[in-house]
Amino acid sequence: MRIKADTDVCIGAGMCVLTAPKVFDQSEEDGTVLLLEPEPSADQEAAVRRAVQVCPSGALSVS
Amino acid sequence: MTKAMPDPVTLPLARETPLDPPSALGRWRDEGPLRPMLYADGHVGWLVTRYDTVRAVLADPRFSTRVELLHPPIGERLRQAALRKRPGFFLREDPPEHTRFRRLLTGQFTVRRMKQLEPRIEKITSERLDEMEKAGSPADLVQLFALPIPSLVICELLGVPYADHHRFQRDSATLLNLGSSPQQVSQALDGLMDYLHDLVVRKRAEPDDALLSGLVASGQLTDEEITGVAVLLLIAGHETTANMLALGTYTLLNNPGQLAALRDDPSLAETAVEELLRYLTIVHLGPVRTALEDAEVEGYAIKAGQSVVLALSAANRDPERFDAPDKLDITRQATGHVSFGHGIHQCLGQQLARIEMRIGYPALLRRFPHLRLAIPSEEVSMRSDMAIYGVHRLPVAW
Repeated sequence: MRIKADTDVCIGAGMCVLTAPKVFDQSEEDGTVLLLEPEPSADQEAAVRRAVQVCPSGALSVS
Repeated sequence: MTKAMPDPVTLPLARETPLDPPSALGRWRDEGPLRPMLYADGHVGWLVTRYDTVRAVLADPRFSTRVELLHPPIGERLRQAALRKRPGFFLREDPPEHTRFRRLLTGQFTVRRMKQLEPRIEKITSERLDEMEKAGSPADLVQLFALPIPSLVICELLGVPYADHHRFQRDSATLLNLGSSPQQVSQALDGLMDYLHDLVVRKRAEPDDALLSGLVASGQLTDEEITGVAVLLLIAGHETTANMLALGTYTLLNNPGQLAALRDDPSLAETAVEELLRYLTIVHLGPVRTALEDAEVEGYAIKAGQSVVLALSAANRDPERFDAPDKLDITRQATGHVSFGHGIHQCLGQQLARIEMRIGYPALLRRFPHLRLAIPSEEVSMRSDMAIYGVHRLPVAW
């Protein structure tokens, strides 16, 4: 799994950090998404899919 | 292909039971994702009741949040008062104007920043519980616990003196009261803006390390814009969590098994907070968006200029999304509810609200393990007359 995060679209709601804290973080500066693990380990995949689903701005996708 | 239209409905307000949305919303949701709705100014727009469709419209850039485009779902006075565009009210702006404000603020409300406030919120909560104990049983949970905690927190975060809380709590109550006249609304809003504008000017002369001074120092907003932002954050920062704390407590008191579960196992706080947010949906009358262009949604033709009400409470009870949605279950995974909205305007302060509640409910139940209502449940006065749902007063004993 590979995650794509679009920081231009991100609104910094923090739902991804709440859902998969090992994979996502937020920039100290503007609160937008930071990828800690762009290719998450298998045990994180379910949480990442949930994070993509709850993201309010559609900034996240996986391939 | 577009579908045949049922007759327009009006937005139902009367609840058959205090903790459930008006039953008509659920009936309509079962019949279809959206239907024509008659607005207070005679406009025929739309009402969306299904979870997937609510999320789709809130995330769709063809639908605007701009104040000058919207038709009022209820009460013509809302339109009159709201129609005035005010600087800094970015909740009612589309990108790129909205983005300019949101980007300046999101860094202040990250999950990590809010977590850093935990010790401070724990202290504030415990001091309020001391005050409650001192006042003695019975006491009003709204005045002594639910309202002061988020008010104190947002005041510290923004750099607003809490000593002025009577003033801003009174003005924001007038703003949110659906029965206020247009004059009362303008007066309250002007009063609040004058008060915060003076404060912003003072921050320029004597900065502190709180958020408003930070916005002043950023040099990216005018004092008028910062004042608008301050009004939004101050109102949103205390009214919403205050009502969740009080209404959530009322709900738990009416569900003693779940109250006992949370009291005896505080690790349930995370799921309990999400479930109470979902189940109660205190933003019970909106939000509203307006189509900027003709748009087909679920096979229905929405015309440019038509307003759309997104019934968050109906979406949060959608059986397609949540099993047994009308059942309160503080152990379920309710994340994904739309109580904070969805799309680019999703609540900026949601992580703060979560922490205030995750600390608040368990601390209250720990301090007063035998907490009970001091009046019969059906005599508790519900906020059906306010833009944010909740209880006006919650007399409790312990």
